[in-house]
Amino acid sequence: MSIIEFKNVSKHFGALKVLDEVDLNIDQGEVVVLIGPSGSGKSTLLRCINGLEMITGGDLLVDEISVLAGYAKLREIRQEAGMVFQQFNLFPQLTALDNVAFGPKHVRGQSTREARAQALALLDKVGLKDRADHFPNELSGGQQQRVAIARALAVKPKVMLFDEPTSALDPELKQEVLNVMRDLAEEGMTMVVVTHEMSFAKQVGSRLIFMENGKIAVDGHPQEILSSDSNPRLKDFLRHVH
Amino acid sequence: MNTDWSVIATFMPQLLNGAKMTLFITLVGLVGGMVVGGIAGLMRTYGNWLLNYTAMIYIEVIRGTPIVVQVMFLYFALPVLASIRIDPLTAAMIAIIINAGAYIAEIVRGSLQSISRGLAEAGLALGLPRWKVLVHIVGPLAFRRLIPPLGNQFIISLKDTSLFIVIGVSELTRTGQEIMAANFRAVEIWSAIAVMYLIMTGTLTLMLRYIERRMKIL
Repeated sequence: MSIIEFKNVSKHFGALKVLDEVDLNIDQGEVVVLIGPSGSGKSTLLRCINGLEMITGGDLLVDEISVLAGYAKLREIRQEAGMVFQQFNLFPQLTALDNVAFGPKHVRGQSTREARAQALALLDKVGLKDRADHFPNELSGGQQQRVAIARALAVKPKVMLFDEPTSALDPELKQEVLNVMRDLAEEGMTMVVVTHEMSFAKQVGSRLIFMENGKIAVDGHPQEILSSDSNPRLKDFLRHVH
Repeated sequence: MNTDWSVIATFMPQLLNGAKMTLFITLVGLVGGMVVGGIAGLMRTYGNWLLNYTAMIYIEVIRGTPIVVQVMFLYFALPVLASIRIDPLTAAMIAIIINAGAYIAEIVRGSLQSISRGLAEAGLALGLPRWKVLVHIVGPLAFRRLIPPLGNQFIISLKDTSLFIVIGVSELTRTGQEIMAANFRAVEIWSAIAVMYLIMTGTLTLMLRYIERRMKIL
């Protein structure tokens, strides 16, 4: 069953067409890696899934709910689709623990105690139990991003959306974040990942999508796509990422 | 030069009454100004075009005219225009409220807009309604950035109350002038009044510095 369905989706910013009649189905358990040159629409595609950008044409269903079904429905979608940002965006006035407890408390209506207990378990899962009482500015970038992943997981989403999760990190900090993402994939989480980490795409991705000019140019299994010479522009792009 | 500083002691009860009036107008004005400014600032930041323009016109009209003209208008022109007659004290309080409100509105807008968009998006992405994002994320962060410019406005508004001398409100400056008119002790009385203003603004500054130190800007 498809958990995300793009039906002829377009997105305009004024006169600029960023997504051009995209059709795409993502099934439960898939780990979809989105790549493409900057401006190709991959981040926009991701942000349309949870309605941070509203689509301007077609329809987009998440767990059979349309992003166009109104604000209350959109909030349901957002609880089904957790998001991790390039810039982490942790709430700076809250400790790591309270960042993770925030969603369950304010969205799911859990008590502070309940939410914190669950948050501590999630911090343990991303290897940061001992940093629970630290504020974001006391954590490294990699640690902040792992807290951000735990924060998104705390609302118990069915899908996780990653918007260039390691692009703002120093090379030696990328791996700890990628490891957490790999664990998540191995647990069967459905993931859509915008990234330039080709090794992650090859090893963890179950599907690779190359975007160009707001369209899906190549879509298939990572190993096959990366070893074949089918698309010259993809080859050219891959030369530049490394 | 022949000065007699003992006149200050003689007239201290009257001066203190004047200072009390100054503080009262300032307090009412600032509480009211924060309510008005908070609402107008939210309208400017998050309102649709109608709310946004309404708030913008209010802010530009008030910031673009002197407070003396505003209070004169309230006190002398309003009775003619709309048969609304108000006493000087009420006129003074309304003038400070709408005047401080306009400046505070811009302070509120600036603080809210200085909070990174990504933080609000992180809240929305968790499934929070917009008002909760404002109350739990953007608001508390913006509030910390609000304090220094707000303190500035508090001090300006406190001193602006001296302008209400023009409609005869018996605040500190007016009290001094009345004493002066009777005994011509200009040096003593105006020195005393200057010191009293300094004590009031100084106390405000210290209070704000204390709050600021307790709330780290993030």
